[in-house]
Amino acid sequence: MSEVTAEGGHGAVPTGPEVPVAPERAVSRRDWPLYEVFVRGKRGLNHVHVGSLHAPDDEMAVHAARDVYTRRNEGVSIWVVRAADITASSPDEKDPLFAPSGDKVYRHPTFYEIPENVPHM
Amino acid sequence: MAHEETVYDALDSAHGGEGQWAFGTGFDDPLAGVDTTVPDGVDPADLGAYCLMLGDDALVLAQRLTQWVTAAPELEEEVAVGNIALDLLGQARLLLARAGSAGVLGRSRERASATIPDEDALAYFRDADEFRSTGLVAAPNGDFARTLVRLLVAATVRLAVFARLRESRDPVLAAVAAKGVHELAYHRDHAARWVLRLGDGTPESHRRAQAGVDAVWPLLADVFSPTDVESRLAVAGVAVDPATVRDEVVGVLTQVLDRATLRVPGWPADAPPRGRAGAHGPELAELLGTLQGLARQHPAATW
Repeated sequence: MSEVTAEGGHGAVPTGPEVPVAPERAVSRRDWPLYEVFVRGKRGLNHVHVGSLHAPDDEMAVHAARDVYTRRNEGVSIWVVRAADITASSPDEKDPLFAPSGDKVYRHPTFYEIPENVPHM
Repeated sequence: MAHEETVYDALDSAHGGEGQWAFGTGFDDPLAGVDTTVPDGVDPADLGAYCLMLGDDALVLAQRLTQWVTAAPELEEEVAVGNIALDLLGQARLLLARAGSAGVLGRSRERASATIPDEDALAYFRDADEFRSTGLVAAPNGDFARTLVRLLVAATVRLAVFARLRESRDPVLAAVAAKGVHELAYHRDHAARWVLRLGDGTPESHRRAQAGVDAVWPLLADVFSPTDVESRLAVAGVAVDPATVRDEVVGVLTQVLDRATLRVPGWPADAPPRGRAGAHGPELAELLGTLQGLARQHPAATW
């Protein structure tokens, strides 16, 4: 195993000071962006969030997602999106955003008889 | 599907919604329903020897790639390389089992107990001189760039062979090839993406990728010369003469290296087969020592 050294493994994408960082900044492995991964199963109706990973670019993120999250035959379609591109609700806003719907029982269609042949209800 | 208890329930395609996604779902047996009788007019010894060649290539490269597990530059890449190794191990298992069923077991049965299946006996109880892999797959990994260059070359050669092997008169080889082409196309694609990014990356990654190319190219001398077994089986419509894939391999590799801004070294002249004839350097024996040590020390071990 002497040929599999940390130097060999970690040196392929250099991060040291000898790498020119301007004007085109080299993307070092420490800078690999975080991606969120969504997978749709064979009979799944929608893509489901399954986890996240780091990748150097969008294409390699799809590849890595294939290897990390679909290696047990879970999926037939993959979406990846940079975590930084997701706009999320803030925990601070939780009450104003979600509490008002907590007592509006009339918003649920529970007062109707649902015909048996209506799917996905 | 709208009421999944966990996110993975929606990914489960079988088992009546029992949610056993962690064990995998919807698998197919690649040899289900395949006729395993040796085709008319084919010497079983030749067929078995050919299966050893293709199986040993996969087994040895799988073991080389496995050396990166716990040492790859990124966790995601470690899983990717491990997956590729497992694909190859699966191919090796089918091919070595086929060699065993054709009666080609070499000296392995003298050492392996009767309870050990043929494919395990062939993998664990042959010495290096009985292996029929080429020098391309036995060579040490080198750094990550060189490993990916070798994977690109090996996957390109194997994909070209397997694509033709789908038409083999041997139904088992045809089935193994039909399964393998999808795997190998991915291996080639994955390696090519890395070679492109390393070759056309930073000065340091370019230097390492070019050094990898320069180190791997001479190994191609041991790839394209057919053995007598391959020549006979190619005439019989069972095997692929490796000389017939040379142009395709040269074309693919030249295209990738050009785009990766890497210099294509001179193509080595074809030498008489070495690895396919059992002539290997010490690096294969060393590799097999790791692969076989446990099985040989504890022949009855299960895990």
